Amino acid sequence: MIQTMDQIFVLLAHWLVGFLPSALQPIAGVLLGVVAIVCVFPALFALTTVFERKGLGRIQNRLGPNRVGPYGLFQPIADGIKSLTKEDIVPSTANAPVHFLAPVVLVVAVFMGFAVLPMGRNMVLVDMDAGLLFYFAMGASTEVSVFMAGWSSRNKYSLLGAMRAVAQMISYEVVLLLSSVAVVMISGTLSLTKIVAAQNSYSGVFPHWYIFTPWGLAGFIMYAIAATAETNRSPFDLPEGESELVAGYHTEYSGFKFALFFLGEYLAMFSISGLGTTLFLGGWSAPFSFLQFIPSWFWFFSKLMMSIFVFIWMRGTLPRLRQDQLMNFAWKFVLPFTLLNLMVTALWRFLGVGWERWVFCSAILIAAYIVMGRAGMYRENFGPRRYRYAE
Amino acid sequence: MLGEGILKGMAETARNFVGSFFSADRLTTVEYPEQRIAPIENARVFPFLVYDTTDWEAGLRCVACQICEKECPPKCIYIDKSKDKKPDYVGKQQFYPARFDIDISVCMSCQICVEVCPFEAIKMDTNFELATDDRFGGLLLDREKLAKSNEYYHQIHPTEAAGVDARLAEEKIKSDAKAKATADAAAAKAAAVAARPAAESAAPSPAPEKASGEGN
Repeated sequence: MIQTMDQIFVLLAHWLVGFLPSALQPIAGVLLGVVAIVCVFPALFALTTVFERKGLGRIQNRLGPNRVGPYGLFQPIADGIKSLTKEDIVPSTANAPVHFLAPVVLVVAVFMGFAVLPMGRNMVLVDMDAGLLFYFAMGASTEVSVFMAGWSSRNKYSLLGAMRAVAQMISYEVVLLLSSVAVVMISGTLSLTKIVAAQNSYSGVFPHWYIFTPWGLAGFIMYAIAATAETNRSPFDLPEGESELVAGYHTEYSGFKFALFFLGEYLAMFSISGLGTTLFLGGWSAPFSFLQFIPSWFWFFSKLMMSIFVFIWMRGTLPRLRQDQLMNFAWKFVLPFTLLNLMVTALWRFLGVGWERWVFCSAILIAAYIVMGRAGMYRENFGPRRYRYAE
Repeated sequence: MLGEGILKGMAETARNFVGSFFSADRLTTVEYPEQRIAPIENARVFPFLVYDTTDWEAGLRCVACQICEKECPPKCIYIDKSKDKKPDYVGKQQFYPARFDIDISVCMSCQICVEVCPFEAIKMDTNFELATDDRFGGLLLDREKLAKSNEYYHQIHPTEAAGVDARLAEEKIKSDAKAKATADAAAAKAAAVAARPAAESAAPSPAPEKASGEGN
């Protein structure tokens, strides 16, 4: 029974595919998986938009949307109808084909990333040996679509937003990759299913997730920072910075194309949270050994939603960074720290099992964090700003 | 240490998030159409015309003096004076507005009409639910729509209305007393004239008319 619940979607897919002639079965199985992903994640997106608005409201001591349907749950339907019926405006000087393709490329590239994410035991669309590499290749192509949008709109706000976005995404892409490399160094594989399998064991009741090691915790924090910047979420939402750039690269988009950008942004958030879950939080494995009777897909999606909650929580808390702060933070703090984390990971690998590696690795990382934090704050004069001409 | 402020901020927003579900005084939102806050006495939206008694047409305090029309800064009041007269609240014959329109799409709620009115006839309303699908006719309020009873005025501005009523009552007593005094004086004079016949034939003008001439 537990086994059945765990594999229910896999069995369901097998049963459905079984109706077809055997020659068609492989392609039908893949198509079914694609349809499932294309249905589940946009549905999750719809739910997330309303819960995000309600959560942000609660953070600001407001109620949030509660007019459409019970507790405002039908709000995404209303929003969808609105964006479908709105006029689709293309600026007369815009490069129309590129302008049209940009949101499509974004959504397609983001959807491709889901193909290699293991969402449960045996629940992965394409079990690639180099899944992580594929994921990053697809993730990097979202930058192209952002720049396509900004460039083809022929609008200076769009272009500025797109340039900001590309600068930011490339800077943090490096960190994202390097923090994931630590995981690859320990698990010795680029296959995401094998990375999850490597974490799916327990000491007593506690799991062997990578986040519970010094290098894993540091790597996860760096990964989370880079992921927030990659998905253009607050506090790194400079590309959209509505107070200075109207809406950044999608200023000239309206109607359903705008909705596609919105969808792409949230899907990117889901997929990058899913990857973070897979790399550091044990993917679909249960947090305690006695909770293994709960299906694996449940754990994957609850971890995913927890990450989304943290994204929303951060958005409700932190103000937007300035461009120079963003770049300084990426290149002067996050990147050196990630490189150091790589060395610590190597040390952890070669010190062998024992208490020494815990002490040495933790000590190095904590010392580096304190020293780099102090140095950065000293050099950059963080803290209250003094305005020379306004006193 | 680096990141300390972020953690503090996150704790603060988490406190708000959780607190808003448990403590009612955190959520200050009033869900307007279903819930309403108690009306504020000094609120003002657009002017209305006060009438006494139950018949709005007969009881209008307005005497069509047109001061408000002249004083209105955006010129949103349109008054046509009547040809005939009817008695006002002290019983004196007065003109009345045959037409009294206020274009509330022009009105800027400055309350100058209220301040200049010598008859306490125009006051500020507190009703703000004036949305209409007819932006010309629907926003040009005529006499009938503007007329609100003195009871309504008491309801929305109790303190102010009580003061106005006291002042009007005082004035009425004064004018009554004055009318009575002049009437008495005239009667006494008439009696004296009657007692001393064939004296000065130039009698004073009829007393009641004089009394009503100072009746406001």
